[in-house]
Amino acid sequence: MNALAAVGAVVQVGGVLAGAPFVVGGMKQVRARLEGRSGGGIGQPWRDLRKQLRKQQLRPTGTTVVFRVAPAVAAGSALLIAAIIPLVTLGSPLDSSADLFGVVGLLFLGTVALTLAGLDTGTAFGGMGSSREITIAALVEPTILLAVFALSLPGHSANLAAIVSAASGDPAQALALGSVLAFVALVIVIVAETGRLPVDNPSTHLELTMIHEAMVLEYSGPRLALVEWASGMRLTVLLGLLANLFLPWGIAGAEPSLLGLLVGTAAIAVKVAVLALALAAVEVFIAKLRLFRVPELLAGSFLLALLAVTASSFLASAR
Amino acid sequence: MSTTTDARPVGPHETDGGGADAHGAAAHGASSAGYGALVSGASTAALGAAGLVLGLSSIFGGGLHVRIGWLLPLVGIRFDVDPLGGLLIALTGAVAVVVGVYAVGYARHESWSVLTLVMLPTFVAAMLLVPAAGTVTTFLLCWELMAAASLALVLADHRRAAVRSAGIVYAVMTQLGFVAILVALVVLAGAGGADDFATLGTHAGVVSSGTRTAVFLLTVIGFGSKAGLLPLHAWLPRAHPEAPSPVSALMSASMVTMGIYGIIRIDLQILGPGPTWWGLTLMAVGAVSAVFGVLQASVATDLKRLLAYSTTENMGLVTVALGAAALLSASGAATIAAIAITGALVHLVGHAAFKALGFLAAGSVLASTGLRDLDRLGGLARSMPVTTAMFGISALGASGLPLGAGFVGEWLLLQSLIHAPTQGDPMVALAMPLAVGAVALTTGIGIATMVKAFGVGFLARPRSTQAANARETSRGMAVGMGLAAAAATVLALAPGVLGPVVGRVLAVLPAVGGDTAGPHLGAMLRLPGLPGSMSPGLIAVALVLAVVVAVGLGRWDRRRRPAPADVPLWACGADELSPRMQYTATSYAEPLQRVFDDVLRPDTDIEVSHFAESRYLIAKVTYRNRVEDPIERGVYAPVVRAVGAVAERVRRAHNGSVHLYLAYGALGLLVVLLVVR
Repeated sequence: MNALAAVGAVVQVGGVLAGAPFVVGGMKQVRARLEGRSGGGIGQPWRDLRKQLRKQQLRPTGTTVVFRVAPAVAAGSALLIAAIIPLVTLGSPLDSSADLFGVVGLLFLGTVALTLAGLDTGTAFGGMGSSREITIAALVEPTILLAVFALSLPGHSANLAAIVSAASGDPAQALALGSVLAFVALVIVIVAETGRLPVDNPSTHLELTMIHEAMVLEYSGPRLALVEWASGMRLTVLLGLLANLFLPWGIAGAEPSLLGLLVGTAAIAVKVAVLALALAAVEVFIAKLRLFRVPELLAGSFLLALLAVTASSFLASAR
Repeated sequence: MSTTTDARPVGPHETDGGGADAHGAAAHGASSAGYGALVSGASTAALGAAGLVLGLSSIFGGGLHVRIGWLLPLVGIRFDVDPLGGLLIALTGAVAVVVGVYAVGYARHESWSVLTLVMLPTFVAAMLLVPAAGTVTTFLLCWELMAAASLALVLADHRRAAVRSAGIVYAVMTQLGFVAILVALVVLAGAGGADDFATLGTHAGVVSSGTRTAVFLLTVIGFGSKAGLLPLHAWLPRAHPEAPSPVSALMSASMVTMGIYGIIRIDLQILGPGPTWWGLTLMAVGAVSAVFGVLQASVATDLKRLLAYSTTENMGLVTVALGAAALLSASGAATIAAIAITGALVHLVGHAAFKALGFLAAGSVLASTGLRDLDRLGGLARSMPVTTAMFGISALGASGLPLGAGFVGEWLLLQSLIHAPTQGDPMVALAMPLAVGAVALTTGIGIATMVKAFGVGFLARPRSTQAANARETSRGMAVGMGLAAAAATVLALAPGVLGPVVGRVLAVLPAVGGDTAGPHLGAMLRLPGLPGSMSPGLIAVALVLAVVVAVGLGRWDRRRRPAPADVPLWACGADELSPRMQYTATSYAEPLQRVFDDVLRPDTDIEVSHFAESRYLIAKVTYRNRVEDPIERGVYAPVVRAVGAVAERVRRAHNGSVHLYLAYGALGLLVVLLVVR
């Protein structure tokens, strides 16, 4: 680990902070164009954030400190994940302090903060969104941890740098049966965890079908800005993680050079952009699932992850 | 809590003589209860402190050996404390200190009877003696003392029918469990030819494999029922809620761990290493208990019942770790087995901290509002901020998230499962992913459960007048909870403090990889010989920094904003929000209940009654939802019915006639004489 590795970690955090609104904007724009609308441009989420940050801070009566702190916890946990995981470089100084289990735990810490805030408002919609969100999170967790298991088998470690460097040492590994199954399982849980179609519709205006949006219905102004920024950052971070876990091309090593950092930054930007646009393009063609069909989807992803682990471990033992 | 209220319209001024006497006795009782509570709580805390010191000194110093020959005829009493026993003694001692401090205020508030006051320190003393016991006889004696003392405490509030029913279930199950342990240990002592555990450990080789299997199965049944493992968990969600809260804390944080201690001592240390299927059995029992426990907790609406089921869940996780350790060491992966057993021990300690805190906080809520029902609680964050913060720390630990006391144990358990060598045994290659799936499902639903308990119970708006009139807990009780919260926080952020202790304990467990170097528990947790590490303390610091950065982001452009304002809730334009519009604990868990319908088997009824004029108009909708324990209904009910039927037959033989009884006596004597001859 050298000083440039620490710079790399800072670049990761800054890149996620600045890039997340563009990722969301890009996805909205792709959707708008495919649906025949002109769209607001990929800078629209940034303009929205700036507008909301200038608005009056409103405190709903009867809410406690949980409601006030939750957006910051959600955003903070996303920022910390951005600092830990290997997006630009393998040498993040925090890599050894949290492995993939820790990262998943931090992700859930953000979810829990917002679900508690939803309950804290004491409104029907807040409780409803919170209840639905936590149900989905509870069902997503097993799949994520099993996928972690499958991914940790080739590198013999759950630490992210070890997994990613094992993947870059053996590119054919990405096409192994276990990896493909784990990839599909992870895509499903990322879609569920970030509240995208078909699990949740981020642009819905009907409260009864909302999940994430119902939970944050009482937020306005600067706090709403933070909530939306946090959800964008979670999406960005998870897409970046997905990209590098399976296709770690271009990532700078544990002792990066300046050129390596530049290449790594460009590579992850391109990878996240491609994944986000693909996700947005697919979303145009699918409808939201009924809430009680979602567990079936998640059970399917759980099964895929279980198969991934079994395939990886039996293939590893056969080798 | 008030007892039954009198229905007669008799005012306080026109009480008759008896009433006045009762009033005087109550006043007298209150002052003596004040002293009694102080003495009882102080002696409990003092015993606990002594246990803590003794436990730690026997972990780090030499073992402690005490022999009292005269106390029990023939064999005498013998105590040998090794590091494993020392850990349990120190754990129980620490819990007793916390509970003792808390109980002073609680017992005064609830005006405990003298028997309850005496039994509290007795129970603690018995629990301190169980892990100290060095011989089978001493162990059984202390075990029974612990069971009897806890039963007396469960029945503290015996005027309520629910308490009596819970007491009977607990008495029956704990005694049946004792019978299993008694038979197992007597068989083991007979086959091993010794009474003391140390000699038995060296003689275990001469015990035939059939006997070993029998002892293993019987001890798993007996100790498993004490640890609340399936299917012998039924006493736990009944007895824990009905016992006074400090007692629930002691039972849940200390007594159930004695069951785990028994399994470690007898099955892993004395009998181990066992065949592969022992490990698989333990893992299966543990995984089923964990998933079942957390599912029941997720739909429970009684706060203390929820915590009790969460105890079953956590003991299940610990048992999975024990099973994994046994399985891994049987298949030759001693290093990984050491990670698993470390995970079990760390989780045991972490669970004791957060669960004691959880029950004490629930006790404060109960003392302040008289409610355990989450559907009627809410809004306590404003009226009881200290208790709310305490329960929050406990819930964070129970959910197994980073920064919580349950995280490190679960992390070690998961690491041992994912690093298991898959080469040799296909059973291992199959068992480990399934175990990871079960642990992961448990953690996921555990998060939902704790969000429900904290969010519905303490946040939002009060759902009943009792909850609205809640007052903060007394200072003494807050100090007790504060101690537990401090312990839980230290365990969560600096698990390194357990490093030296766990190392010493591992050294006496050679059968499960204890002779290899275990994981390094320091500021940075490292796995032996594997590239894996984690630093809960560093994560916490980094998270705080990241949250500060996020707060800074939220303050960006603040100068251009108008001044902040307090406004009513928007709620999509609804006006006059009533607390009844909020989600309750039942409705919060409804999606989970629906997803796991086949396992939980809820009993749901919807009755719609129409107006007589038109059946298109609805007069009333009645919704009834009850979630009972399906195992209780499916397994226990038939057994109880069968026992009842047999008892009915036997009852015909005792018809009260002395002549008949004399005839029985004579007949019995004849039979004995014939046999003896």
